[in-house]
Amino acid sequence: MRIGVIVFPGSNCDHDAFHAASSVLGQNTEFLWHDSASLGGVDAVILPGGFSYGDYLRCGAIAKFSPIMQAVTKFARDGGLVFGVCNGFQILVEAGLLPGALIRNSGLKFVCRDVSLRVETTNSPFTCAARKGQVLRMPIAHGEGCYVADERTLDELEAEDRVSLRYLDNPNGSMRDIAGILNPERNVMGMMPHPERAVEDLMGSSDGLVLLQSMVIAAREAAPVKA
Amino acid sequence: MTATAELIAQHQLTPAEYDKIVAILGREPSYTELGVFSVMWSEHCSYKSSRLHLKKLPTRGKAVVQGPGENAGIIDIGGGFVVAFKIESHNHPSFIEPFQGAATGVGGILRDIFTMGARPIAVLDSLRFGRPDDLKTGARNRRILQGVVAGIAHYGNCFGVPTVGGECLFEPCYDGNPLVNVFALGVCRKQDIFYAKASGAGNPVIYVGARTGRDGIHGASMASAEFTEESKQKRPNVQVGDPFLEKLLLEACLEAMQTGAIVGIQDMGAAGLTCSTCEMGSRGGVGIEIELDRVPQRETGMTPYEIMLSESQERMLLVADKGREEEVFQVFRKWGLEAAEIGVVTNDGKLRVKHHGEVVAEIPNRELADEAPLYDRPHELRPPDLPTPPLPEVAIQDALLRLMAAPDICSKRWIWQQYDHQVRTNTVALPERSDAAVVRIKETGTSVAMSLDGNGRYCYLSPRDGAMLAVAESCRNLAVVGAQPVGATNCLNFGNPERPEIMAQLVAAIEGISDACRFFEAPITGGNVSLYNETLGEGVYPTPVLGVVGLMKTGPAMPIAFQSVGRSVVLLGGCGVSDVTRLGSTQYAKEIVKQLWGKPPALSLDYEKRVHNAMREIVAAGLAESAHDLSDGGFAVALAECSLGGIGAQVDLDSDLRPEILLFHEEPSRILISTANAKAVTAIAQKHGVEAPVVGVTIEKGLEIRQRSVTLGCWDAAALKSAYEGSLESYVR
Repeated sequence: MRIGVIVFPGSNCDHDAFHAASSVLGQNTEFLWHDSASLGGVDAVILPGGFSYGDYLRCGAIAKFSPIMQAVTKFARDGGLVFGVCNGFQILVEAGLLPGALIRNSGLKFVCRDVSLRVETTNSPFTCAARKGQVLRMPIAHGEGCYVADERTLDELEAEDRVSLRYLDNPNGSMRDIAGILNPERNVMGMMPHPERAVEDLMGSSDGLVLLQSMVIAAREAAPVKA
Repeated sequence: MTATAELIAQHQLTPAEYDKIVAILGREPSYTELGVFSVMWSEHCSYKSSRLHLKKLPTRGKAVVQGPGENAGIIDIGGGFVVAFKIESHNHPSFIEPFQGAATGVGGILRDIFTMGARPIAVLDSLRFGRPDDLKTGARNRRILQGVVAGIAHYGNCFGVPTVGGECLFEPCYDGNPLVNVFALGVCRKQDIFYAKASGAGNPVIYVGARTGRDGIHGASMASAEFTEESKQKRPNVQVGDPFLEKLLLEACLEAMQTGAIVGIQDMGAAGLTCSTCEMGSRGGVGIEIELDRVPQRETGMTPYEIMLSESQERMLLVADKGREEEVFQVFRKWGLEAAEIGVVTNDGKLRVKHHGEVVAEIPNRELADEAPLYDRPHELRPPDLPTPPLPEVAIQDALLRLMAAPDICSKRWIWQQYDHQVRTNTVALPERSDAAVVRIKETGTSVAMSLDGNGRYCYLSPRDGAMLAVAESCRNLAVVGAQPVGATNCLNFGNPERPEIMAQLVAAIEGISDACRFFEAPITGGNVSLYNETLGEGVYPTPVLGVVGLMKTGPAMPIAFQSVGRSVVLLGGCGVSDVTRLGSTQYAKEIVKQLWGKPPALSLDYEKRVHNAMREIVAAGLAESAHDLSDGGFAVALAECSLGGIGAQVDLDSDLRPEILLFHEEPSRILISTANAKAVTAIAQKHGVEAPVVGVTIEKGLEIRQRSVTLGCWDAAALKSAYEGSLESYVR
């Protein structure tokens, strides 16, 4: 499988995602530069954490206008796998590929710590290798990770089984403890916690692996969508 | 121009220094030249009071690739890789404007690392504030604490460097003068090291990064004077940081270095364009000519004086190979950075500055950079004369809970949770889980262990002993995780060196560091001196902060917390010897007796080193399940900290000392170990000539401490935990 890790100038978890996908998972991984208009034929895209263009405005608000995001949007509409982590989730929301918004943590401070997540659905290419109800331990590191949406959207997400991950110990005030969500077609997922930081026991947890492994399995089994 | 006495004084130059300037130039300086000299010869840039004594520090070692004199020191870690590291202070700006002061402190030290070609992979910070619980000054102290922590978080998190450890202590003497010392470490291949050296007449001088504004003019001079009422007017002297721009600079500089077209590179920190041009020229023995009209500016009508002295952040200066400029510009364009060719390397050894075609400054580089005044200031040690009070009757039970909640000892989770401490996925030891910070180097299978330590109280009572104790503690923290020290950096925070008693503290502390670093084979590869840490005539405690760097094989980091029930608890180093005089410098004296007296704990370098060697051998043999050194709060606090993970202990100490001395004295050279094989641990200790009594056993939860079968106290696990974890948050919430 070929995985593309998108690099915005302020991405700072790009190397971590690369390391997880290539060294740990053994997949063919490459970086994709933000002002490229093409994804170069990858099978899946990871939007990593960081501060895309500084994010002095709303997180991800500028990133959605970048050339690569036009390509990502098209790829997503064609059914390609798009996985946004932390800043990547914020960008997917800003770009309209996922509903809702991510606002300042309820504690008003940046928080970096481990959280426990419950896998709410295995019906997605990002969670298919996990067990429903499985609890995953991995870090968060964000200042603006409080997920909000109007009641109708939240009800819809739940009715359509699109809440993929929930916090057991909500660290940021996210509505209905939502940590990760899917788009209606289930080929785009965004989450605030960092699975790529939890892929080796030495780093404290390898619970994040199952999400990345799910992508590999899903890509192998599904009809290929080439970017 | 003939400068008036008033103008000279405004530039914080003495009449004698002014005469020296006239002698160097062979004429009166221009206004711009006066400004240039005043910043280069400020205490902050020239180390004129400390240079003489800093020479005593050991700077050589088999792993040292680069010692003091560059932007950062460099140590060979094997496998073709090196680490670059240094510590810097940003005390004065952080008092005036805590958030930006601390943020730009982080920015400055990060540039020092990546200008050497190394990618920063770890930051630690050593902080000192006034007490957060003081009725009169507490509110302001808390505001400064909150601002500083938020500033460090803002800059480091966005830049993408993990803040993996540090220390934070509180004393009334830091009320009007907090200390913000930031340590950074980066890694690169040995062949990729870059130096801040200009060479090759005709080579272009290139400016890249933020535009120059009027911010931070005379920042270096500000950091070289005491605070007075007027200091509040100096807020514009503090710069504003842009971590995103710094991140772009990092990536662009590392990429541009790979082109092979860069000859030398230096960041613009204190004294901005002035410092970077004359230092690069001086190091390379060449001249540099710049044209200020070509310097990117964010304000109009800036004078040459302002452009040369601006301390706008996120700027770098580099020299490229003539004819290959375009390769460098191409990289900067890719990263969206503004770069401009502002001058040329010459062979006349002069810094020549032109503005609108006219020469506004022409100064010999070497004299400006390297012949700054050097002072052997009078120094006379005046140790404080503090009477030993009668020890009050205190319930041990209550004392331990109070100590666990004391600002210096309690959990600093509220601070480190605001820092991204895991980005780059190398953080092997999480904050407060191990005695040292540990980050792995993915490429080599080695990990780097780091510890920052300083104790102002000890140094106040004896600057020499206090400095040695700081080195010993740093090295001990590395030993606990199994690492061998390979190098060190220091940040010397002192008051006004023009006062003989303060100068004497500085001299004694440097001597103490020299002796201890030599003994532990941890050469000093660079550092920083911050003087004039005084407000309204009140100096801070002499506060040398040591950052020791060690190496170890990559593997799980040694936890502080007991891991399983039924393990033997071994006190490597023994119960120690102390007395009422030595108790006067401890946390017990500070928090329970609420006085300071006597002497710091006694240190035997030889015994300390034997403890470290024994500890490393115990770790290497896989015998320790957990380990934690005894420091602030002594045995009882260390034991309580080991029990915070849930597993407790029952211990019985065989000693003649009075209970409060036995439990709370802070004699160094001691480490608490839990092990399934006490026999093997004590055998190793014995081999090294170190005491290692088995003092107890781990139990399901809670603590019980006895002395020769008499119970001194029993503590509930939840009570210890809530005292330790809830304290700092209760102040700052």
